Amino acid sequence: MTQRIPVAVTVNGTTHRREVEPRLLLSDFIRHELGLTGTHVGCEHGVCGACTIRLDGAAVRSCLIFAVQADGHAISTVEGLAPERGRLSVLQQAFQDAHGLQCGYCTPGILMTVSAFLEDNPQPSEAEVRHALSGNLCRCTGYQHIVDAVLLAAQRLREAG
Amino acid sequence: MKPAPFEWHAPASVAEALELKARHGDDARFLAGGQSLVPAMNFRVAQPAVLVDLNRVAGLDAIAHGADGSLAIGAMTRNARIERDAAAAHSHPILAEALHEVAHPQIRNRGTLGGNLSHADPASEMPAVMLALQASFLLRSRRGERAVEAARFFLGPLATALAPDEMLAEIRIPPLPARTGTAFLEVARRRGDYAMMGVAAVVTLDAGGVCTAARLACCSAGPTPMGAPRAAATLVGTRLTENDMTAAAALLREEVDPMGSVQASPAYQRHLAGVVATRALRLARGRAA
Ligand SMILES: Cc1cc2nc3c(=O)[nH]c(=O)nc-3n(C[C@H](O)[C@H](O)[C@H](O)COP(=O)(O)OP(=O)(O)OC[C@H]3O[C@@H](n4cnc5c(N)ncnc54)[C@H](O)[C@@H]3O)c2cc1C
Ligand code: FES
Ligand code: FES
Repeated sequence: MTQRIPVAVTVNGTTHRREVEPRLLLSDFIRHELGLTGTHVGCEHGVCGACTIRLDGAAVRSCLIFAVQADGHAISTVEGLAPERGRLSVLQQAFQDAHGLQCGYCTPGILMTVSAFLEDNPQPSEAEVRHALSGNLCRCTGYQHIVDAVLLAAQRLREAG
Repeated sequence: MKPAPFEWHAPASVAEALELKARHGDDARFLAGGQSLVPAMNFRVAQPAVLVDLNRVAGLDAIAHGADGSLAIGAMTRNARIERDAAAAHSHPILAEALHEVAHPQIRNRGTLGGNLSHADPASEMPAVMLALQASFLLRSRRGERAVEAARFFLGPLATALAPDEMLAEIRIPPLPARTGTAFLEVARRRGDYAMMGVAAVVTLDAGGVCTAARLACCSAGPTPMGAPRAAATLVGTRLTENDMTAAAALLREEVDPMGSVQASPAYQRHLAGVVATRALRLARGRAA
């Protein structure tokens, strides 16, 4: 008999209840059970960062956590970033303006990583931005425009106070 | 790549966790941060029948600062928290310095010190740091508890002194004497990668600038974290001049036993060991003065 465990996970402010097998990865729970396909899956072993979400505020790999472990916790995904339909967050807008993405596969993981990073460090140096991004692979941009986008977002967020 | 089915337990207390591990023995694995175990399960390199999840166990994630400058760190303390702990940065700055090189920020947010040490990857930074700091580990089981020195804990690649029913519960780090300087340096192909060579250096000077104690330990330098006791011993009694450090680094190159990887041949790693050891010693000396 497969063990099935009831979980209640709050994602972007909404609590979802499901019964899941212990081996279900949180990334698959988010994508397949909840239909939130903004969280991408690249490598499923912690290297690429495409699946990065925030768990109780901290940026983490959703492919290295089991859904059962998220019971009672609060998660945010890329779908929760925009303040309302049709409007982008300051961070998302900066990525658009600075051309911080091409195919966009890496983008959700990068946005979740950076949203946590800029809360911690609102005035980062370029070197700090590059360190913060070290766990997110991008095969398109060569990173320069991503770094530019993060620095632009940091500047706009500071100006907005 | 999805993990094979397993039975999951999330005990609330250490006693319950130890009971479960005693019952299931080698069929069960503790799940800490999951940053090494879950990738292995996703690849099905690891297929434990039972997981004893420690994330809901109370009382395993404290950082206790002794009045004497010692530290006791609960095994489930996340690496990111240790990295940011101001008092630990003051008493043992090498912890944050080395943790900065352990994987990426997202991995450190989840990975734990106890999981990192229990995993015992010879390329891992913190086992070498623990050796250089002369840390000891508190192991607990239903049978009781014992303290094991870092030097006796690491037995081989991914092999430790932990018995099938034992948990690493706490990491104990003795205080650093006055006028002690520490440094951790590594060379890796990309930031966040496992190092091709890393060196932890700890040196203590007397009021006249003469070295009274020195310890060196390396990662990616053999089947376990590798101490370099002969190299360190030559430094005691010297003023840590460039010549003294170069001579010690030459000895350290002989003491390590690097295994090579796709990224670096053993000969290159050995070369790096000398270079990185000299730089680490120079930094540690500057910080001790
Ligand atoms: C992309 C990537 C890059 C990485 N780079 C590095 C790096 O550069 N340097 C580095 O050091 N590490 C690196 N790691 C590994 C990372 O640091 C892990 O967090 C760490 O090795 C394991 O800690 P954990 O808490 O995640 O343990 P887990 O993965 O949960 O457990 C690891 C092992 O230890 C056992 N275990 C865990 N806790 C205990 C305990 N308290 N008592 C007994 N046994 C226990 C588990 O059963 C398992 O066998 C990397 C990981 C990833 C995914
Ligand atoms: S899919 Fe999780 S890190 Fe690559
Ligand atoms: S934009 Fe294509 S992977 Fe980053």
